[in-house]
This record gives sequence, structure tokens and C-alpha cells, in this order.
Amino acid sequence: MFDVSTVDDPDIPQHRDAEDSDGADWGEQVFRSLPDLGIRHVATVPDAGLGRFLELCDADPAIRLITLTTEEEGIALACGTWLGGELAAVAMQSSGVGNVVNMLGLPNVCRIPCLLLVSMRGEAEERNPWQVPVGRAVPDLLAALGVDVFRPESASGVAPAFVEAAGQARRTGRPAAVLVSQRIIGAKSFAGGD
Amino acid sequence: MRDAGPDRHAGLDRRALVAGILDRRGDAAVVAGLGSPAWDCHAAGDSPLNFYFWGAMGGAAMLGLGVALAQPARRVLVVTGDAEMLMGVGSLATIAAQAPSNLALLVLDNEAFGETGRQAGLTGRDTDIAAIARGAGIDAAFTVGAEVGEGSAGFAATDFDALAGMLFAGEGPVLCVAKIALSAESDSYPPRDGVLLQARFRAALAGD
Repeated sequence: MFDVSTVDDPDIPQHRDAEDSDGADWGEQVFRSLPDLGIRHVATVPDAGLGRFLELCDADPAIRLITLTTEEEGIALACGTWLGGELAAVAMQSSGVGNVVNMLGLPNVCRIPCLLLVSMRGEAEERNPWQVPVGRAVPDLLAALGVDVFRPESASGVAPAFVEAAGQARRTGRPAAVLVSQRIIGAKSFAGGD
Repeated sequence: MRDAGPDRHAGLDRRALVAGILDRRGDAAVVAGLGSPAWDCHAAGDSPLNFYFWGAMGGAAMLGLGVALAQPARRVLVVTGDAEMLMGVGSLATIAAQAPSNLALLVLDNEAFGETGRQAGLTGRDTDIAAIARGAGIDAAFTVGAEVGEGSAGFAATDFDALAGMLFAGEGPVLCVAKIALSAESDSYPPRDGVLLQARFRAALAGD
């Protein structure tokens, strides 16, 4: 379903140093954590930085990958699955955090856990200035809205942070977000352009 | 709508319509969008199986989808207004793609922003939510209470057995737009405490 050709694009540096002993990268490690977290629903507006994770979710019949028109739908959806008994994950690019602002009032006021996986843009080596304003604001936006933020410093730290964020969300009854930095994902370049 | 003036246009009686439908709900979960649709559902009889929005405009349909996906054996009805549905209009495409057979949406369309001073809404001009839903891929999308031709349900909006049958037993996803009057109704407020609303709703869903 998702074209992940861009993930293997040589123009997008991939940080293979973080592969674990059987060669899994951070996206695969996060994917592998889903069953133990009881997560069967993953909602997303896709991003190249999430490509491997989304590809694996899409290929797994035990995971329902829900494509959204806008990220705020994912917050409301995750609140609904929780009311129905299940934690869900919402995967988005950092620009999507700008789209979820008002909808985050729902899990906050109702004390509903939900889990955000955010691939960052607008950080180091960003080539597209349009990504910078919201990318820069993401940590402050999330903090201001009562979302616990986890920022792993290396690729190998992403899945542990995801598991910790899920636990924190469940314990506190609040949203939690994992920000995967552009340094971990690799800066996107634009073929034939700046 | 506490200080509403005279009715602006003819249409269905929203309280009678919602009560007539919810009287036939069985054990269905009901998700009520913010404003008058929530008051209508509360007026029809509060239930732990009702989840009411007091904010987060645009989120009702997606919250309903989440419940429907997590609880595929449970019928879920979203009751919301025309402007709330339009704010989350992309949800119709998302719902169509997931094709939850247990989800129905009832859009109470008074062609106005009833809670904020009766400003004219967009469905009073050229916008047809049932047509948008069909275009998004929800084939079972129709309108009651207006002369709408192609999208007509084929039965009277006051035939509650037919309407409730479509919403609670029809193969989902189903969407019904009900053209209601712009009317003043008595206050009927559910609890404002979001923690109370979510905890009792979640317990009621898990409890049987």
C-alpha cells in the first residue's frame, strides 16, 4: 500500500548503525513492540521517515493500518479505540502535530491515553524551509497541550522510548509522544532541487 | 439555543426524531457531537452507553470509528450536526476505506451554527453532506426530511422503524442526513466531566 521506495533512496541517508543483532532497524523494532503493547490499530498520514514502520504494519494482518486525511482524525480515532478497550498509535510527520492541536483537548479532558509516533522535519540539515516553523514548535506545542514527550537520542533508543511512552500514557491516562529526530531518520533531500 | 427566535425554515422536529430513533437503539453505543446533538441525545434519555462531546469539534465521526473498530460486535451510532460533520469531512473518506459494518452516522442538519448565534451554515447553500459521503465511498448515504431526489431514503423521516432499522441494522457504514428545523429546545445537558463520561462509557462497553 505504501510506496517505500523513497526509504531506500540513496538521497535519504539511512542510519544502519542502529540495526539490532538480527538486522532490524528502528522502524521494525517499533513494529515488533506492538503486540506486547496490545496495539492493533495504527493510524497515519504517511511520511517517508515512517516508511519501514508503516510498510510492516500494512503487511501484517494482525494490524489495521488506518490512513487518515488529517492527523487530528487519528487523535479522535485513538480515543475511540481506547473507549472500546484498546490503545492505538498515531504515526505522523512533525507538520501533523500542528494539525492535532484542538483535538488533543479530547484525550486531555477525558484522561484517555493515546500514543503518537512523530517523524521530525525542520531540524538539522532540513532543506525545505516550510518544514521549519512547525517542526521547531513541536516540543513546545506538545508540552503546552499536556502531552508527555520522549526524545530518543539514537535509533536504537526509539523502540524503548515507544514502549516507555505507551506505559506512561496508560499510567497517566494522557497522550504521550515519541519524537524521532531528523538526525536518526536522515535529512530528506530533493533530487534536482535545493 | 436558549434565546432563539422564530424558526427560520421548516424541517423535522429534532427532539422527536432523535428520541424516535434512540428508543429503538437496543444496546448500541451512541457518540454525540458537540452542541445541540448532544442535548438531543441526553433529552432522549441519558445512558452510560452515550458519549457526549463538549468540544473537539470535528472528532465525533472518528471517535465513533475507533469504537466501532475496537468493538466490531457493537453497533455504534454517531449523532452530530452539519457543521461538526463538515469540520471533520475528511473522516468520511477515512471511514469509507475502513468500511466498518457496525457504524452509522446521523447528521442533524439545520443549515446553521445553532449554538453560536444561528449564523448561516454551508449546507443551506450548495453543500450536500450525503452526496459528499457517497463521493467519499459511503454508498449507503441518504437524506430525509427534504426533497432531494437522488439521495432520498425512500421513506418518511417519521417512519422511525424504517429509519432506526437502517441506522441500527443496515450494513454499515451508513450515513443519514436529517433536515431538521432550526428550533429552540429546552436545556438538557449531560455531565461536563470528561473523565466521568469516558469511564462510564468504557465500562459499559466492556461490561456486557
